[in-house]
Amino acid sequence: MSNGLYETSKIRVVGDRGLLVEYGDKIDPVVNKKVISIAIGLEHDAPAGVIEIIPSYRSLLIVYDPSVTTTSALQESLNSLEKRLLEIEIPPPQTVGIPVCYGGEFGPDIQFVAENHGLTVDAVIRLHSEPEYQIFMIGFTPGFPYLGGLPKELHTPRQKTPRTQVLAGSVGIANEQTGIYPVTSPGGWQLIGRTPLKLFDLERPNPFLYQAGDRIRFKPITPEEYRRLAEKGIK
Amino acid sequence: MDAFLVQAPGSYTTVQDNGRFGYQKMGIPVSGVLDSFAGSVANLLVGNPEDSAVLEITVTGPRLAFLREIDVALAGADMGAALNNQPVNCWESFRVSPGDILKIPQVKSGCRAYLAVSGGIEVPKVLGSRSTYVGGKLGGYQGRPLKKGDILRCGEGTFLDVPRRLPSAWIPRHSSEIVLRAVPGPQDDFFHKEGLVTFFQSEFTIGTNANRMGYRLQGPSIQRKENMPASIISDPTISGSVQIPADGQPIILLVEQTMGGYTKIATVISTDIPKVAQAIPGNVIRFEEVTLETAYSLHMKQKKLMREIVRSIS
Repeated sequence: MSNGLYETSKIRVVGDRGLLVEYGDKIDPVVNKKVISIAIGLEHDAPAGVIEIIPSYRSLLIVYDPSVTTTSALQESLNSLEKRLLEIEIPPPQTVGIPVCYGGEFGPDIQFVAENHGLTVDAVIRLHSEPEYQIFMIGFTPGFPYLGGLPKELHTPRQKTPRTQVLAGSVGIANEQTGIYPVTSPGGWQLIGRTPLKLFDLERPNPFLYQAGDRIRFKPITPEEYRRLAEKGIK
Repeated sequence: MDAFLVQAPGSYTTVQDNGRFGYQKMGIPVSGVLDSFAGSVANLLVGNPEDSAVLEITVTGPRLAFLREIDVALAGADMGAALNNQPVNCWESFRVSPGDILKIPQVKSGCRAYLAVSGGIEVPKVLGSRSTYVGGKLGGYQGRPLKKGDILRCGEGTFLDVPRRLPSAWIPRHSSEIVLRAVPGPQDDFFHKEGLVTFFQSEFTIGTNANRMGYRLQGPSIQRKENMPASIISDPTISGSVQIPADGQPIILLVEQTMGGYTKIATVISTDIPKVAQAIPGNVIRFEEVTLETAYSLHMKQKKLMREIVRSIS
């Protein structure tokens, strides 16, 4: 199948505490949607002994307590869930607007990305802020969203040598992916801008702004707006 | 209640409980004690629930000045601890008084020691757990390893009527040659039969890059099938997953990891993770293949052992 979705899911054993269920072999919105739907279905009506459900691009990992359940019991739950999948109400994804100041000190690699594709910096900004991106998965650091839907014209390889420190809020590109660094960490993505928004904040009742399956839209802002929003955020 | 002052922190000492569950999908790894057996026993020895927060002490231990009377126990690696210069045994509780100094010098065997205090180490729960996740600067004591001058608090505890000790038959021996039982998968089908044979029949040495994220091993290169890539689309990882990157040298992934983009040949069974926790660079590891059914029955055996320990020492 062109979108990479398997006819039947592939079950992989991950020791005595994990079951990895694979739904396809591509980074693809249809495959990912299936993963997210199953994850939501499982969370909604979690089988006994399930500790965590972790969706990713094309698979989900079920972490379980082997003193309560086994892989075969979990497979049965998955099979019955698959049959009921159409009846399960999947909440519509929310779209989160992320203000981004592109270029300059905020996005030190934007020139590189532009030159790499024979584009102007303005064209990079326009292309990057146009689509609505699907959050395929969250990982690496707290709240780091791996986004699908980056226009082909912007696909750019990672930096040859990763930076030892990428500031929180930095928006980057790595090949066909784009994402945001929620906390300051090492990183090798090409940095094109930065958001003043705190993507992960333990001071908030909900420390996270989104989950896998949600959508993100970037809104270009000026350095002045960045500073104003950043100050507001601190208070 | 202030429990103790950190006079010297040791090489890497963090607050950990049994881990933070439910947030790996948000990019927050489980964290928690690496040697869950030693962490649980340390707690039981001072009368705590098994999952109370403890100090996880790595290779070189801290020097602590106690600020109140409490029961304390050390479990896991023997670090030659001394209270006011008098030796105290690992796997036994002891009473401390204000002003007492506990020195925990350095591992004699093993890698990690666990210190429990009655009432548990009291730090705020972050996303349901007291475990430190240093990479995310969250949980534990200010999201970081302990520093000189830190004052740690303990919860409300009760004094033991008599000191407790773990019967010696149950004390794990830490060897420099370690056998880890592992179930093939999740991506064992990416490897040659010979690759699997190499993996399960060779000796690997733990390299210097060994921490709570993972242990890198050195040994014969594990061969994949010709048409199979080393990289896969990143998927979630679990502690014990053995990842084989392009250079064929295994990495045992541990508790401060959420995603991995390389094929994983096998997964160390939950019962044997404490053995990884007690392994240090230079130790030799062999993997022994077990079936999932064997892994389950070993897990149940371990649960039964814990129940016996609870009955015996409390």
